[in-house]
Amino acid sequence: MEINKDLVAASSTPIVLAILAEGDSYGYAILQRVRDLSGGRIAWTDGMLYPVLHRLERLGHVEARWEVSTGRRRRRYYRLTTRGRAQLAEERRQWQAVDATLRGIWRMLEPPGHPASAFPLPAGA
Amino acid sequence: MATPGHAVSLEAQIDEWRSFLRRRQAIHAVDVTELEDHLREQVAVLTDAGLATDEAFLVAVKRMGALDEISREFAREHSDRLWKQLVVAPSEPGGRQAIVPTDAIVAFALAVAAAALVKVPALFGLDLDGDAGFYGRNASLFVLPLLTGYFAWKRQLDRRTVLLLVAAFAAAAVFANVYPFAPEGSTEVLTALHVPIALWLVVGIAYAGTRWNEVAGRMDFVRFSGELFIYYVLMALGGCLLTAFTVVMFNTIGINPETFIQSWLLPCGAAGAVLVAAWLVEAKQSVIENMAPVLTRLFTPLFAAVLVTFLGALLVTGHGVDIERDALIDFNLILVVVLALLLYSVSARDPRSSPGLFDGMQVVLVVSALVADAVALWAIAARITDLGFSANRVAALGVNAILLINLAWSAVLYVRFLRGRGSIGRVERWQTDYLPVYAAWSALVVIAFPPLFGYA
Repeated sequence: MEINKDLVAASSTPIVLAILAEGDSYGYAILQRVRDLSGGRIAWTDGMLYPVLHRLERLGHVEARWEVSTGRRRRRYYRLTTRGRAQLAEERRQWQAVDATLRGIWRMLEPPGHPASAFPLPAGA
Repeated sequence: MATPGHAVSLEAQIDEWRSFLRRRQAIHAVDVTELEDHLREQVAVLTDAGLATDEAFLVAVKRMGALDEISREFAREHSDRLWKQLVVAPSEPGGRQAIVPTDAIVAFALAVAAAALVKVPALFGLDLDGDAGFYGRNASLFVLPLLTGYFAWKRQLDRRTVLLLVAAFAAAAVFANVYPFAPEGSTEVLTALHVPIALWLVVGIAYAGTRWNEVAGRMDFVRFSGELFIYYVLMALGGCLLTAFTVVMFNTIGINPETFIQSWLLPCGAAGAVLVAAWLVEAKQSVIENMAPVLTRLFTPLFAAVLVTFLGALLVTGHGVDIERDALIDFNLILVVVLALLLYSVSARDPRSSPGLFDGMQVVLVVSALVADAVALWAIAARITDLGFSANRVAALGVNAILLINLAWSAVLYVRFLRGRGSIGRVERWQTDYLPVYAAWSALVVIAFPPLFGYA
């Protein structure tokens, strides 16, 4: 399933913030986590994650620091800030509103008698 | 497991990929490091999964996405980067040491030293107003040794070269100060004017380091000089603003800062600014487009138009060139400007491109300047015996001859290039080979003219 670009762009902020809420992480691991969480349904182009991270850094939602990883490579770790946490909560409210609306719409479109279980959606968002 | 052979080729591939990324304006070195870490991890994961290194590399690069798109995303996020606003581009990501590079510390320390050096003679009772002659003759000696020292340090020059440079400055200091100049005489003014020109070549030797013998090395110094001049003028404008600000502010509380400005702010600022400007040019040389060639592009057609119109007016009206005043000095200035226009357009020219309209314009500029100068020389030659050979006149004639020879031969080489019988590299070589001539003549004026003309 190919998710359209606008949707990817819009959802990237809450997804990245949510993953960082689990703990500090870096680009590659974040992408890996996105793949795992979405069951492979969301696969970003790797390079595109970094401008997103830099935007979140500029907005003060995340903080970055350099660490020396194994193999003496420099790796940039990102950490969620208090502001990022607030932003995540805000994003969550908005997405829940969108999600609730869409659920209502799907239910409305559903022919009566058929349960909505034809759409296996995760609870909440 | 990757064999050593594989490892080498992977490193080479990553190097190449990195250099591709580095060419993107919006992607900085820091980002490249971050992306490289990603790429390496991806490669490692894929090789662990059983792929060969080169296959893993290809897949990893593919997953990274199209370079153009990534670059566009980076540009969208960092639109400021397209402006290249880098006073100091930290070349190393993150680390504290990158924020204030040693280079900047040394440059600023030397700038402070230059500012202090200007005030040293004041300790011995020499002040700017009363001993203008001393300050005039030695102005460049307060600054240029430090500038040379900066480059000697940066280029890590060998002992022999350093000794040579020191000897040159020592000689300049001696000749600027041993002669019993008559007060406000013209030989003293000539010395003051020519010492910096001769010493600028010494700076150039330090700047180019081991590359002084190469055309490219000397050309870099020419480029450096042009950029330095532009930065210096910009800083001087800022300095004017600062001065005006100081005057206005302190006058409102009844303090007159005039003495402070004249004996501290201006001289110290002017000296220190040279080193700061030099550092800025060094720091920015690869980051920002050179301004001198841009200005050259703008002004070459305009100067050419003015000169051609001048010659036309000369023909139509039949007026002779008025040589009563020091007209020759004016014509020298014109030649210097034309030479600068020529030099800086050559410095920025792609040697492989074929002659274009701009090159034609360049030839018109040089040839019309030569004709205008020839008219002036003719007028002077006719009356040189009545006018007599004063120090000023001989110096002006000498400079004129030097510039005339340079431009005439440049014109010949340029015309050959236009007709497809020679490369633009010939002009470049001629110009850079000619640099020592200016210094040699200046040294001659400094050393020989005062005794020749009775220190008057």
